[in-house]
Amino acid sequence: MGAVPATVHTLKPPRVEIGLAPAMNQASAAPEKPLYVRTRAPDWLPRVLAPLIGLALFVALWAILAKAGGRLPGPASTWHSAVEVFSNPFYRKGPNDQGIGWNVLTSLGRVGIGFGLAALVGIPLGFMLGRFRFLSDMAAPVISILKPVSPLAWLPIGLMVFKAANPAAIYVIFVCSLWPMIVNTAVGVRHIPQDYLNVARVLNLPEWTVFRKILFPAVLPYMITGVRLSIGVAWLVIVAAEMLTGGVGIGFWVWDEWNNLNVQHIIIAIFTVGIIGLALEQGMILLARRFEYE
Amino acid sequence: MTDRYLQIDKVRMVFETKKGPFCALEEIELDIRSGEFVSLIGHSGCGKSTLLNIVTGLLRPTDGYVFLANREITGPGPDRGVVFQNHSLLPWLTCYENVHLAVERVFGVTEKSGALKERVRRALELVQLGHARDKYPHEISGGMKQRVGIARALSIEPKVLLLDEPFGALDALTRARLQDELLRIVAATGSTVLMVTHDVDEAVLLSDRVVMMTNGPAAKIGGVLNVDLPCPRNRLALAGDRRYMALRAELLEFLYRKQMRDAA
Repeated sequence: MGAVPATVHTLKPPRVEIGLAPAMNQASAAPEKPLYVRTRAPDWLPRVLAPLIGLALFVALWAILAKAGGRLPGPASTWHSAVEVFSNPFYRKGPNDQGIGWNVLTSLGRVGIGFGLAALVGIPLGFMLGRFRFLSDMAAPVISILKPVSPLAWLPIGLMVFKAANPAAIYVIFVCSLWPMIVNTAVGVRHIPQDYLNVARVLNLPEWTVFRKILFPAVLPYMITGVRLSIGVAWLVIVAAEMLTGGVGIGFWVWDEWNNLNVQHIIIAIFTVGIIGLALEQGMILLARRFEYE
Repeated sequence: MTDRYLQIDKVRMVFETKKGPFCALEEIELDIRSGEFVSLIGHSGCGKSTLLNIVTGLLRPTDGYVFLANREITGPGPDRGVVFQNHSLLPWLTCYENVHLAVERVFGVTEKSGALKERVRRALELVQLGHARDKYPHEISGGMKQRVGIARALSIEPKVLLLDEPFGALDALTRARLQDELLRIVAATGSTVLMVTHDVDEAVLLSDRVVMMTNGPAAKIGGVLNVDLPCPRNRLALAGDRRYMALRAELLEFLYRKQMRDAA
């Protein structure tokens, strides 16, 4: 009798399945392991590998183009130059010669101020346009005409009004950040589910509580989308605006290095702008995820 | 006046539509006693939810009046606790905070924060969700959400509890459990309840009276069924009960013979 368990084991069908079809005849066998154990690469591997391969191809293409002639510096020389530039990012040798750290921070500061002012104006305005149909209809033609205008077209007016480069640049950022925030906030307010408003109505909640507990949280995800789009546009525009206004800033730095014919630095600037833009975008996406409810 | 605690007096409801006026309710006359459980039953589109929304105050009747404890209802207010069909919990607030929002609105002026907390705790205990107080609505099941909705409605000590197909979106087993729970809660609190439903068993099991509504347009009260079953009621014991069967048959007769929809 003692030998019975062993024989039972040998009678079981083979565990290892080859191929992807799940075994149909093992319903009674109560397997401890998955039915098919074909070894496969882990799921995350291609997802990590693909971007790395893409970047490598990009650098290779760049190296080939650089080697083929012209004055485009190759990846290696740009890298050496970048190490040099970033080893001392915060130096100051006069108003037009400052480290890349200062240039980036100055640009970010302008974006922050212009964007912040736009949020202060755009979000309340968006709330009002979303809440009151009449206001929305009133504002619609103006917004529709002004929204597609390139933000840089506003620069001369800014220079005229403020008579200085820095506020003019901030003002351009303000104008271009404004539209996405107004529009998205208004859309958010219009999309608040009637159920939530009914809760407020049957409880007769005071207006301020309705705003704090229902309107604001319900609109927040839309608002964050507006903020994300605005920051993206602002970061695009600041480079161009600074090229035109001069002073300190990553855009001006690009233009200055072009005048110095230092193409390596221009490429460094392009990557810097790209990476910071990516970081801003990802930061906003993380923030948005924090406020997803369902 | 407890015989006419909630008084629906010659209520007519006409909606203005693009195709002209649409009469949803015609001369509805209904009095509900204090502590009574009344169900409104009828085919969909018969205006039973419209009637409930009039009592809620979300709609104003075209003609007629609704009185609650001798005061005319002119708009929504926290003297009525409403449970919506789709729970309507605010997703950014925890179960506790959802109930607290209502409690604070009603008792926030007169009571200290400790007393408010205690009220929220008791309301959640009542629906047996004390353990889920810090969960967000998306973290709990549909049945639990609906129970939080009931806790929210009861936490403000309303004069009347208004339920709009409260269990319609739940699966049959969960629905049965929540019906039993509602029976227990209503018995414990002595609430006056007006409930909209289209579930015959639910109506007979829970109600003291079932108001049967005719098909719209211009829906009327087609009959009132007195559910003279003793309380407390037990789902299993009633399953074979002759009186229960008879009441159920009467409701089915009304819904499926007298008020059969032509195209439904």
